Amino acid sequence: MILSFFDQFMSPTHLGIPLIALALSLPWVLIPTPTNRWLNNRLLTLQGWFINRFTQQLMLPINLGGHKWAVLLTALMLLLITLNLLGLLPYTFTPTTQLSLNMGLAVPLWLATVIIGMRNQPTAALGHLLPEGTPVPLIPVLIIIETISLFIRPLALGVRLTANLTAGHLLIQLIATAAFMLLPMMHAVAILTSTVLFLLTLLKVAVAMIQAYVFVLLLSLYLQENV
Amino acid sequence: MDVKLGELPNWAATRDFTPNGILSAVRRGHDRFYNKYINVKRGGIGGVAMLLTGYVVLSYIWEYDHIKHDRWRKYH
Repeated sequence: MILSFFDQFMSPTHLGIPLIALALSLPWVLIPTPTNRWLNNRLLTLQGWFINRFTQQLMLPINLGGHKWAVLLTALMLLLITLNLLGLLPYTFTPTTQLSLNMGLAVPLWLATVIIGMRNQPTAALGHLLPEGTPVPLIPVLIIIETISLFIRPLALGVRLTANLTAGHLLIQLIATAAFMLLPMMHAVAILTSTVLFLLTLLKVAVAMIQAYVFVLLLSLYLQENV
Repeated sequence: MDVKLGELPNWAATRDFTPNGILSAVRRGHDRFYNKYINVKRGGIGGVAMLLTGYVVLSYIWEYDHIKHDRWRKYH
């Protein structure tokens, strides 16, 4: 059994310094701050356009009270997309493959939406536990089920991100190893495997972006219910 | 830079190595790179590509201690 495939997910340290701090601060370097100029450079213009569109789309279904969360959610989305996409480069480390980080992002934010809902509109927040139109005998069971589903949300948010990214990384590593080993032996199979590898890389790029989006979208949904 | 190679140790001794000094040096380096390659009217992919390549190289150097075993192994 080859156990070295999981070594890429070990938190790297160099001379005793945990490098995850550096990997986490890299998005800050890559995303320049807007200036007061009327015409900016291309990177800044693209970035500004993307952020504006994203925030507009995200805040559409949420009423006014939730617009306080716009900055936080957009920043979170930018962080996740940059971290995920940077992890696709060779030899880099993706902090979002660490469950600790994703749970640390998911649990406080989810808890915040729940607490906001309970404080501002407790009846409506509790009312979410029972969908409309359920037959009367089913009510006790359904409340238990809905409570469980409420508490499983942060777990699902964190684990979803971790699992998707880890699985993608592992698949790429496995198939790349296979293609590399097969190259001197069976050329045709190696070409097939390389095609699969290429397609998989495309998929990973898509997954990286989609996962970030899904994370933020679900969070905004929880917010929308509760705010 | 206008420092000759022979004068390098002397020049390095005059540098400010306090946390504030290091921070301002990083800020100056970042501004130089940003204004030369990214903050231009018709920037292309080159500026960001250089940053990313540097990051890949740096990551390789950091991971080298771990990766070298894979290369020397006979059976994987």
